[in-house]
Amino acid sequence: MYSEKVMEHFANPHNVGEIENADGVGEVGNAKCGDIMRMYLKIDNGMITDAKFKTFGCGAAIATSSMATDLVKGKSIDDALKLTNKAVIEALDGLPPVKIHCSVLAEQAIKAALRDYYVKNGIDPTPFLGEETNSCDHCDHCGH
Amino acid sequence: MAKQVIYLDNAATTAVSKTALEAMLPYLAEQYGNPSSVYSVGREAKAGLEKAREQMAKALGCNPREIYFCGCGSEADNWAIKGAAYAGRKKGKTKIVTSCFEHHAVLHTCKALEKEGFEVVYLPVDAEGIVCMDAFYEAVDETCAVVSVMYANNEIGTIQPIGEMAAYCKEKKVLFHTDAVQAVGHLPIHLQGSGIDLLSLSGHKFHAPKGVGALYIRGGVLLPNLIEGGAQERSRRAGTENVAGIVGMGAALTEAVASMEENSSKMKKLQDKLIDGLLQIEHTRLNGSRTKRLPGNANVSFEGIEGESLLLMLDMNGICASSGSACTSGSLDPSHVLLSIGLTHEVAHGSLRLSLSENTTEEEIDRVLEVVPQVVERLRSMSPLWEKIKNSEN
Repeated sequence: MYSEKVMEHFANPHNVGEIENADGVGEVGNAKCGDIMRMYLKIDNGMITDAKFKTFGCGAAIATSSMATDLVKGKSIDDALKLTNKAVIEALDGLPPVKIHCSVLAEQAIKAALRDYYVKNGIDPTPFLGEETNSCDHCDHCGH
Repeated sequence: MAKQVIYLDNAATTAVSKTALEAMLPYLAEQYGNPSSVYSVGREAKAGLEKAREQMAKALGCNPREIYFCGCGSEADNWAIKGAAYAGRKKGKTKIVTSCFEHHAVLHTCKALEKEGFEVVYLPVDAEGIVCMDAFYEAVDETCAVVSVMYANNEIGTIQPIGEMAAYCKEKKVLFHTDAVQAVGHLPIHLQGSGIDLLSLSGHKFHAPKGVGALYIRGGVLLPNLIEGGAQERSRRAGTENVAGIVGMGAALTEAVASMEENSSKMKKLQDKLIDGLLQIEHTRLNGSRTKRLPGNANVSFEGIEGESLLLMLDMNGICASSGSACTSGSLDPSHVLLSIGLTHEVAHGSLRLSLSENTTEEEIDRVLEVVPQVVERLRSMSPLWEKIKNSEN
């Protein structure tokens, strides 16, 4: 059911771990639904110099976390803000329909980490990221 | 990566045994006739069919005329419950009692009957995975068309007090059905005098092929047909019989019953080793009673991890297992069985079912006990939920 690329990223995920004194940390999902993603970003002069993650969840949750952190590493904040779940899916050569929500979570986790970065630096994140919402509000995946 | 497969999902399906396969082959190649035909090739097929019926009856302690072959366990469940419900409705009985942790073949049938106006009571189960008898006695009365409770649970392997329930239903003149798909061939069952009116079974759970099952209908119990058509199965289940499958099922059940004691004690020993070993892993719980349990079933939950990723990693190590996580159940919630015994969603997501067969070896169990702790540790090391669990301890 998973593409080879997904299995590759699941079997040997990139960027697993934490960043001490990260410049932005974001966590989305909840244990009840069966997936939590936490992303850590190191940011220097508007560039994401490092990204790491910790994820509780299915194979797709781990693979999308790995891919999303890969996609933003070395990018500018502006580019990272443009990350979409679609880009994560394409980079993984597709996801089964029931796993699309994992890519949504991965996008949201990156954005939650960027929001945290803005807040930590005394910048209002709303112009860049909109109002903060509960990640579950966007998702009718598990109904919780 | 290990190439040899360790198959520990025998509650899902089993390999066809050599005995069953050899019994079947002539009915695929030479004796391919339609059992309803008058010529000799058909008569031979008919003879094979009736021999299998006798084998089934002998293994289950009932009359061959009480065995009706059908397509699968789900069909047997549908037939038994819908049939008993419709028969009951004619007498003004419109209540159905079942348990909340039945297989979906039973639960969804009951849900469908609810839409037709039947009242369905879903009995709760206790933390050990046994149906609450207080609730049973409260629910069962003369207005029930049928009571349907599984013999043994398919996920956690817990064995239900079927004898007690069947006896009470007999007293109340209520039909008693049991989905014994997980029990037949694994637990001693003697139907005559048991009080059981209807029993569903499925061949592929005891080394017969997929696509064949049977419903035991106690003599004297009349059910409307589920499948209408020709006069097969004494006009009660139409459709040309799956002769080879039925012959295989007769042979497989005969073999399973003959070696049940030996197989059971062998499997229990390995099951004990497996469960004890898995419980060495911290924050791990056994799901379902340790003692009132099928000999081949181990079901545990590892806190802080999710079942699908666990199964994928076990598969990479050549181990086939199953889980009750939402991601593997194909539904939005984790297993209704695990939730019914009081597990939180979080813990239910991290469940693992390993189900043995008599062919499981001690080496395989040793290998599983080597691999599972490593995989659990690996997944926990990347789990923010596990981090929270550990932090809350300090």
